[in-house]
Amino acid sequence: MPVQRTDALAVRSASDVVAVRQLVRTRAQEAGFNLVDQTRIVTAASELARNTLDYGGGGRATIELLTEPGRTGLRMLFEDEGPGIPDIELALRDGYTTGHGLGLGLGGARRLMNDLRIESRPGKGTRVDAVRWR
Amino acid sequence: MERIPILKMGRFLLVTIQVDMHDRLALALQDDLTARITETGARGVLIDISALEMVDSFIGRMIANIAAMARILDAQTVVTGMQPAVAITLVELGLDLPGVRTALTVERGMLLLRAVLHAAGELDQPSAADEGLDAGPAD
Ligand SMILES: Nc1ncnc2c1ncn2[C@@H]1O[C@H](COP(=O)(O)OP(=O)(O)OP(=O)(O)O)[C@@H](O)[C@H]1O
Ligand SMILES: [Mg+2]
Repeated sequence: MPVQRTDALAVRSASDVVAVRQLVRTRAQEAGFNLVDQTRIVTAASELARNTLDYGGGGRATIELLTEPGRTGLRMLFEDEGPGIPDIELALRDGYTTGHGLGLGLGGARRLMNDLRIESRPGKGTRVDAVRWR
Repeated sequence: MERIPILKMGRFLLVTIQVDMHDRLALALQDDLTARITETGARGVLIDISALEMVDSFIGRMIANIAAMARILDAQTVVTGMQPAVAITLVELGLDLPGVRTALTVERGMLLLRAVLHAAGELDQPSAADEGLDAGPAD
């Protein structure tokens, strides 16, 4: 699908997570999402960026504005070269955490976006690909 | 280090969260609030989040932690000013805030706190010291 615009951001610190949120907010506004959808997307971005930082040991975020005939979307890609997720279904379960979190980030992000896919290889890293259509 | 100010209003403490919070700031706020509740014997904590454009699981957890720790120190927590879009998103995220009351405005939050303490028989008459923010007539 045609990508109208791409931004790449490093996710290496807590302030990078804030920067990802701000960029995603701007792009979601530009794409014409309403306020509730913007809030959904920004919240999902915050969850995924924090996971990249906390569990992936840092990585990067790629934000794409997608246009297809008749629809516009926002895609967020979070990639790291961290330890990976051994059991993705388990990780998506609400309440499951290996840290000190609530275990809501992945499952919540999946509910807040239209489509969320996780690819992970133990020892190699994790890639989360999330899209929301307007 | 940057910190979020805590305002004392009579028996209550008011925290207005305005910045896009990063993790260290959130943790410092938790510590500062614990200290201030102990120090002042405050009976209520108002956390105003009307300026927040999103609440993720991290901020949600911070609010839940503050409420839990306030309860142990015998203080009630009220979150005020949550934007409707934020409330909708919180539900979808799956976050519920046990033991946290909410109110639309700081003023209503104060009325709520007073009502709760009053019902517990702890605030026989509305204290002038609690009136700080109220423009209208007292309850
Ligand atoms: N990028 C990643 N690399 C490695 N493991 C990950 C990654 N993202 C998530 N995980 C694993 O999946 C678990 C669940 O993630 P999720 O975001 O749902 O919850 P959490 O981060 O533990 O808590 P919360 O997000 O509620 O603060 C994490 O505890 C972690 O073990
Ligand atoms: Mg998480």
